[in-house]
Amino acid sequence: MAERPLSPHLFDGPRLHWKWGPHMLVSILHRVTGDGMAFVALPVLLWWLGALAAGPEAYATFQHQASTWYGMVILVGISWAFFNHMSSGIRHFVLDVGAGYEIHTNKRWSVATTLIGIALTAAFWAAVIWL
Amino acid sequence: MGNGTELGRVRGLGSAHEGEESWMQQRYTAVGNLLLVGYFVISILLLPDLGYGSVRTWISHPVPAIALALLVVNVFWHARLGLREMIDDYVHDDGNKFAAFLLINFAAAGGMAFGLLSILKLAIGGGAA
Repeated sequence: MAERPLSPHLFDGPRLHWKWGPHMLVSILHRVTGDGMAFVALPVLLWWLGALAAGPEAYATFQHQASTWYGMVILVGISWAFFNHMSSGIRHFVLDVGAGYEIHTNKRWSVATTLIGIALTAAFWAAVIWL
Repeated sequence: MGNGTELGRVRGLGSAHEGEESWMQQRYTAVGNLLLVGYFVISILLLPDLGYGSVRTWISHPVPAIALALLVVNVFWHARLGLREMIDDYVHDDGNKFAAFLLINFAAAGGMAFGLLSILKLAIGGGAA
């Protein structure tokens, strides 16, 4: 069988086939944050639940690791991944009903979802600190 | 229907008539995640602190325990479908695709079971140990 391009066909060698735009950013971020959470956030969730079930000592180990600088980087990363994935996921629901494809609308909401993800992450950590 | 090129053989057959169910499930579980993770995030923010005692007491109540159990099932199912979609896009060899799907199914089932057992232990085990 001849080598034919397969979907998604993104690259011609190192050269991207498409002109970069916010809709591409929101699309790839949705995939990266979603699959990223599958590999990082879910193991952390299981560790947290497992440590709780195992008892105070195991939970203290979890808390200690979570409060180190790399633990905080991971937790902030997970929270951003979630809020970004949530806002771009809601955008998907809008697109699923056939709305928001007009080029300027699409561009505006692509930028907005990305910014909303960052804003919600900031709001979440502000609430963690002050609540 | 000809027997020439691959395109010629499939032209006119319409869609594969499969895949819609997993596409819908991805949406159903997305709505579930919106509710369950939303509940989880707000609960975490409203807890007085995230120390062992507070969290343990919170989870041993029926509503948080049930919500967390549903969350574990829902997120693992959603993640399983999302990972399958990634593999569908990037892994084109049938053997490798089978191996990757197998791995994802096992990992999702294992993660789900571990999460549920932990919550069950916390919910049935009663207050702080």
